[in-house]
Amino acid sequence: MNQNEVTLIRERFREKMNSDQLQNCMRCGYCLPHCPTFIISGGKETSSPRGRIALMRAVANGELEPDAEFEKIINECLGCLACESVCPSGVKYMELLEDARDIICQTRQYSAPVKLARKVIFKGLFKKQKNMDLFIGALNIYQKSGLRFIARNTGIMKLFPSSLVATEKVLPEVGSYKAIKNRPVRLPAEGEKLAKVGFFKGCLMDTMFITENNKTLKLLQKAGCEIEIPGGQACCAAIHGHSGEKDDAKDMAKLNIVAFENMDVDYIITNAGGCGAYLMEYDILFQHDPQWHDRAKKFVSKIKDISKILVELKFHERFKLKLPNQVMTYQDSCHLRNVMKTFNEPRELLKSIEGVTYVEQKNAHTCCGSAGTYSILHADVSMQILDAKMKNVLDTKATTIVTANPGCLLQMRVGIEREGLAKEMNKNGIKHMLSPIFLISSPHLLVRVCNLTILFV
Amino acid sequence: MLSKDIQEKFIAIVGKDNFECSNMERAAYSFDSSPLQPVLPAAVVAPRNTAEVSEIVKLCNKHLIPIVSRGSGTNLAGGTRPTEDAIVLIFRNMNSVVELDEENLTITVQPGVITSDIHTIVEAKGLFYPPDPSSMKMSMIGGNIVENAGGLRGLKYGVTGDYVMGLEVVLPNGEIIKTGGKLAKDVAGYNLTQLMVGSEGTLGVVTEAILKLIPKPETKKTMIALFPDLNSAAQTVSDIIANKIIPVTLEFLDKATLKVVEDYAKVGLPTDCEALLLIEQDGPASIVERDINKIAEICKAANAMDIKIAANDQEADKLATARRSALSALARLAPTTLLEDATVPRSEIANMVRAINEVAAKYNVQICTFGHAGDGNLHPTCPTDIRNKEEYHRAESAFAELFEVAVKLGGTITGEHGVGIMKQSFLHLKVGHAGIEAMKAIKLALDPNNIMNPGKIFDVTKTEVSV
Repeated sequence: MNQNEVTLIRERFREKMNSDQLQNCMRCGYCLPHCPTFIISGGKETSSPRGRIALMRAVANGELEPDAEFEKIINECLGCLACESVCPSGVKYMELLEDARDIICQTRQYSAPVKLARKVIFKGLFKKQKNMDLFIGALNIYQKSGLRFIARNTGIMKLFPSSLVATEKVLPEVGSYKAIKNRPVRLPAEGEKLAKVGFFKGCLMDTMFITENNKTLKLLQKAGCEIEIPGGQACCAAIHGHSGEKDDAKDMAKLNIVAFENMDVDYIITNAGGCGAYLMEYDILFQHDPQWHDRAKKFVSKIKDISKILVELKFHERFKLKLPNQVMTYQDSCHLRNVMKTFNEPRELLKSIEGVTYVEQKNAHTCCGSAGTYSILHADVSMQILDAKMKNVLDTKATTIVTANPGCLLQMRVGIEREGLAKEMNKNGIKHMLSPIFLISSPHLLVRVCNLTILFV
Repeated sequence: MLSKDIQEKFIAIVGKDNFECSNMERAAYSFDSSPLQPVLPAAVVAPRNTAEVSEIVKLCNKHLIPIVSRGSGTNLAGGTRPTEDAIVLIFRNMNSVVELDEENLTITVQPGVITSDIHTIVEAKGLFYPPDPSSMKMSMIGGNIVENAGGLRGLKYGVTGDYVMGLEVVLPNGEIIKTGGKLAKDVAGYNLTQLMVGSEGTLGVVTEAILKLIPKPETKKTMIALFPDLNSAAQTVSDIIANKIIPVTLEFLDKATLKVVEDYAKVGLPTDCEALLLIEQDGPASIVERDINKIAEICKAANAMDIKIAANDQEADKLATARRSALSALARLAPTTLLEDATVPRSEIANMVRAINEVAAKYNVQICTFGHAGDGNLHPTCPTDIRNKEEYHRAESAFAELFEVAVKLGGTITGEHGVGIMKQSFLHLKVGHAGIEAMKAIKLALDPNNIMNPGKIFDVTKTEVSV
């Protein structure tokens, strides 16, 4: 960090950081036992929300000079918001974290490769849905054409960082470009119409996880929802917001608000905790923009997770859900839990399935270490958190882990790879394994129920 | 800043992973939970065992480097707010339970063990460690001991000090001593164990502690009683004790506190009454039943609007947990929370509550009151903004007057949070100038170089003037 950057970060902290929120943290430490990075660090204050806020405040007050270590400390946070949901003082930690990252990222003069990578990812890929569609389409070709076989077996993957290799291995079979393009814009309810909903597609959900999206829609229809899937939607921009690209985030948020604005729907349904939570905080994103704030508030008030609407529409009571006998456990999506406050509903749905023995894992509510791009950028910490998590998962003897967010899904798959169970699973098939773990996402699971119509008795 | 040479010496003792002196690390240990302005210490040192603590203390004593021992930094009076030249000693590496002795009913712990972990460990064996400060989920036992932390169960079971049987302490000269032991009786010389308890880190560094355990009470019952005014709630507290019932917990929350606590905890606390008492009794089922019924009668006679008994332990725990969050929840009201813990004899609770309201009106500040009413220990809290100098000054003046009122009622300036930095100017009200001089004599005898948490409780370099 050069002197110019230091001065600018300092000035911008003073100007832009919400000093009331910084002051509101009364340093009681209630957040400490809930923070995954604080725990993994062995109790270092610099790895805690209280510590980070103290450093932000010191920089904003001009008492502390920001440096590379400061940037590292701010970036080490998973953003899981376990702290925010236990904070008695109601400190808006996420707002502080995002503002801090935005100031740092927008001030830093990164090296050319870093700049390029950020531009490609944030502006080229996630900001332009068409490029994302093409990229995933290409990935589809990679997976289907034999290129993947070549890549994995020639050792070429060894050239990439291990965390990326692990991610490549656990990617789902993604959608083809053609399938991605053919998303319908309106779907009728099956049977009696109980609600009219909009569906937020998501960028990765509607490309990489297109199967899940299709099944989510099917499920909504079965539950009695008439669905509108407006065009013009953008990525939710969580990845931008969390990574210090706030202006991009606002651009995309505006597109999403506009896409649903004139639509006569009761709710806007999401099926990925990370996306839903970010959509739900659009009002905070625009809190200083009177023109957009009210529009954002209206948008936010309609956001609802798929599991919540299913429970509200009593889907699990009206249909008999059945799966082969198995033990199942659930891994909370931090943002679904801590921001959208949705954690009972997924459990209620799972427990309602005949044949499923639901076993709650210890600390199901704590972050799995995926945290968006965190698992790639901070692989060490991420893997430490994951390994601790896997111990709890294995203790349940579950054969199915259910998650509610694509990032968590991939991370838990990495966890299984690391536990060395994946090979065994492939070799022996699910049925014959001693301690098998099979992974599915929440929408995936429920739609699986739908597809196999024999499960509806 | 420490010289390169001294830094090397610390690293030689604790290893480079356990010595930090970057600006960021220092800033992260520059505060405690009091509203005082943070001060960056010279370094942060995390010893791994008692021998290392001894080495560190010897080094510091030789080079006159102050030492601030810090648990989780939850102090409310500035006790662990460091000074610029000090090292902060932290205990993240000394966090083991050494022994659970089921024959002598003791647990031996290192200072970095989290208080509520002790509860979990001993309760699994049918034993009980009663002290339960509101910070117990994050506070370390070492901090609890040197601050003599209280808690919600203090009324019946006493405070941390009542459960400290023996200590291993590194004295300011680096010598390691062991005080007390697993002994029901021990009069071998001065009671150094209890001297260390509540000494706020000014006399030495606690490196191990033997704590007393008792059998876990068989059952407990929790109730809340709602009152239409503060006085009747406060009077009820005195009435219950006067009827020779000692509940485990007898907590008081006023309307403003109730509102913020419910806002945060969402446990269904009523917010349409002026005051609420949270009452818990434990012991054999028949006695608990009898006491709870009697208490309910007393509440009714004292004008209680409603009485609710928790259906089960989970519901009871939720209520107690909600109460523990009161101080932090009050931070919702304003950027700064100024809180005190003046304590009066139980019989004076109603007078104290009245005085708090009079003082709040006089200085035109909002004072929310909650606390351990049963043991006379209230927490009047003023939501304010330290950046608003005029208002903050009024709040400070209000509290200064409250200290005087408390002492006049036969009370003290601090029941459980300690003197630290924030209450130094009021210490003489309670112990007198001669009392402070006596404390200083002890301090200087043990710590002639004044390296142990200097400037806390009192300033040893200044002479007290008797008026």
